[in-house]
Amino acid sequence: MKLSGAEIFIECLKAENVDTIFGYPGGAVLFLYDELYKAEERGDIRHILSRHEQGAVHAAEGYAKSTDKPGVCIVTSGPGATNAVTGIADAYMDSVPLVVISGQVPRALIGNDSFQEIDIVGITRPCVKHNFLVTKIEDIAPIMRKAFYIATTGRPGPVVVDIPKDLTSGDDKIPFEYPKDLVMRSYQPTIKGNKRQIKTALDMISKAKKPVLYAGGGVISAGAAKQVTEFAQAFNFPVTNTLMGLGGYPATDKQFIGMLGMHGTFEANRTMHYADLIIAVGARFDDRVTGDIKKFSPYATVIHIDIDPTSISKNISVRIPIVGDIKQVIQSFLDSMEEQNINPDVSAYDAWWKEIKEWQDVNCLHYDQAGDKIKAQFVVEKLWEVTKGDAYVASDVGQHQMWAAQYYKFDKPNRWINSGGLGTMGFGLPAAMGVQLAHPDETVACITGDGSIQMCIQELGTCTQYQLPLNIVNLNNGYLGMVRQWQEFFYEERYAMTYNQSLPDFVKLAESYGHVGIHIDKSSDVEGALREAISDTKRLYFLDFATEPQGNVYPMIPAQYGHNEMYLTKEDAIADIQGKKELEKQELEKQSKQ
Amino acid sequence: MRHIISILMENATGALSRVSGLFSQRGYNIESLTVAPTDDPTLSRMTLVTKGNDASVEQIVKQLNKLIDVVKVMELSDYKHIEREIMFVKVSASNMEACAAIKRMADIFRARVIDVKNKMYTLEITGSPDKLDGFLETMEDHNLIEVVRSGAMGITRGNAALKI
Repeated sequence: MKLSGAEIFIECLKAENVDTIFGYPGGAVLFLYDELYKAEERGDIRHILSRHEQGAVHAAEGYAKSTDKPGVCIVTSGPGATNAVTGIADAYMDSVPLVVISGQVPRALIGNDSFQEIDIVGITRPCVKHNFLVTKIEDIAPIMRKAFYIATTGRPGPVVVDIPKDLTSGDDKIPFEYPKDLVMRSYQPTIKGNKRQIKTALDMISKAKKPVLYAGGGVISAGAAKQVTEFAQAFNFPVTNTLMGLGGYPATDKQFIGMLGMHGTFEANRTMHYADLIIAVGARFDDRVTGDIKKFSPYATVIHIDIDPTSISKNISVRIPIVGDIKQVIQSFLDSMEEQNINPDVSAYDAWWKEIKEWQDVNCLHYDQAGDKIKAQFVVEKLWEVTKGDAYVASDVGQHQMWAAQYYKFDKPNRWINSGGLGTMGFGLPAAMGVQLAHPDETVACITGDGSIQMCIQELGTCTQYQLPLNIVNLNNGYLGMVRQWQEFFYEERYAMTYNQSLPDFVKLAESYGHVGIHIDKSSDVEGALREAISDTKRLYFLDFATEPQGNVYPMIPAQYGHNEMYLTKEDAIADIQGKKELEKQELEKQSKQ
Repeated sequence: MRHIISILMENATGALSRVSGLFSQRGYNIESLTVAPTDDPTLSRMTLVTKGNDASVEQIVKQLNKLIDVVKVMELSDYKHIEREIMFVKVSASNMEACAAIKRMADIFRARVIDVKNKMYTLEITGSPDKLDGFLETMEDHNLIEVVRSGAMGITRGNAALKI
């Protein structure tokens, strides 16, 4: 039987077991949508209509991050494709497996500045793992096969497939055959870790006095949380997670010392600073983690396990690199320990743990919820209590994201869905939709702020259409809080354009879409509102919490500071800033005397 | 430090811009770049000359390898290798004496005259980029009209080879 390009496209999705596709129709994808319509009628594939292409891509990311499947999107040519770029770049930075199909103008019109024509393959080249422009109907199936393979293997990432309209029209039909075995001479990710390197690493571990396990998002995308946890517990390592890695190691476990980096815990950053051995697993020494690299972990040698060779020794020079799939590499570690009969002495690091305990006793995440005014930290902590720590939590970008990361203790992987690399405001709501669609019976919360939520607020309509009972926790302080915090510390409190004037009435806004909206402005009402929202599994609740307007995220390592130079409180920040001013003044005086 | 990198890649549309794009995105510089299909028409071979310290060149090689269209990468500077570049020089001689001088220099550097018209000489020269620089210096005594350089290409000596 001969099939049209559009029919072949549907068969490819079926062959890849795609059950959900997110998208927005338009001229160049009309033939594809016509077949999607039929596929939905047959019950083969469900299409989720977002309200903006950016929302479609973020939803696909949420779907992918909370499952072990790739996210799939379809957008039209021109503006449809350019609107998708932010989501594609976000997926690229956070290694999310996505296949994004964009329509393209008919081949005969390519290059003519045609209506809704844009070179999306060119535009997305720097922010995709790979992309394709399909130029003949015979290539649709092999390219789709490659796209899914590339997106989901090795270090995952987004792949864009641009399909000109005339290939899908049905004027030309060919027999469909989906390639079974795929070998690409130019793409063969390293999966198994080098045995000798693993042995050397084990030797090094046995000599360490102050080790720390620094685990990132790679642990989660490799599905290796179980292995990494077992490995860490066998040695009694202190474990710190990156923002992307939260949930990769149970946050309530006694070995967990919190998130590290700019807004990480005092104990995690001190541990990194004074460690003599860093075992980095699926993490990439991002600048938000390391601070000033010249001051980074001065006493440590580094073992780095990662699927992506370019992540190794990019920012920090590494003694023992091990390239491979984390699940397999850590399993090889566990296997070699058994073979070599290594039984780690769990008391070996007692002195080290004693030091760490002292840092933990500083209680750096302490805050004081006194009075009526709601502290954002308190809302997140209550959400954690009310959901018994078992919800899927998507977040946007800003202060609320850091508070969510600090106070919602994730015990399981794939539960924390946020935009870490690109830092995309507007990510949270659509991502939460994708999560809820993948897990219809689970509790999904979206922790957001009054700035971020407005960047993709239109997706409230999608939530109505598909009856998604999300719990939106809007930490509304009336400011673009994270930027305001930097202005407070580093720009002498000149709050340039960070006060959110003319905010909408979020309650009425939610209600206009058919959702439940509640405004909460007293701390005593926080728990009740959260309980009400969580217990209703049918409707979306938009909880608008009026929080302390000028609250700051602590602890904080200012950019280009070292891990041992944290602000724990406002007083630290003021002292540091005044100290710097004093120095500048002295410097000026010295110069004027000369 | 100057490094010369050879790349085998899929002879596909966009492959070249993926490589050149990588350099501009990540702030690496390209001194020269030359590319053409190989005996296997599905493969292109590129020779790229860049400057950087060892760590940055190691990162460049890894980033190149990560590109899906790139099949194999070899840092030629790590091996004994031969490097050549071709150059055309168009130079005009002011008088008969200059004509003779140009011809003499061409002989010394083993450049060939491939076109002459009205005291306008077009020369072809092949050699290491250094040698070409040297030749160009001698031509500066005359009225230099046009210079076309191909960029360096290289191949390893002996058994080592970049092939699939």
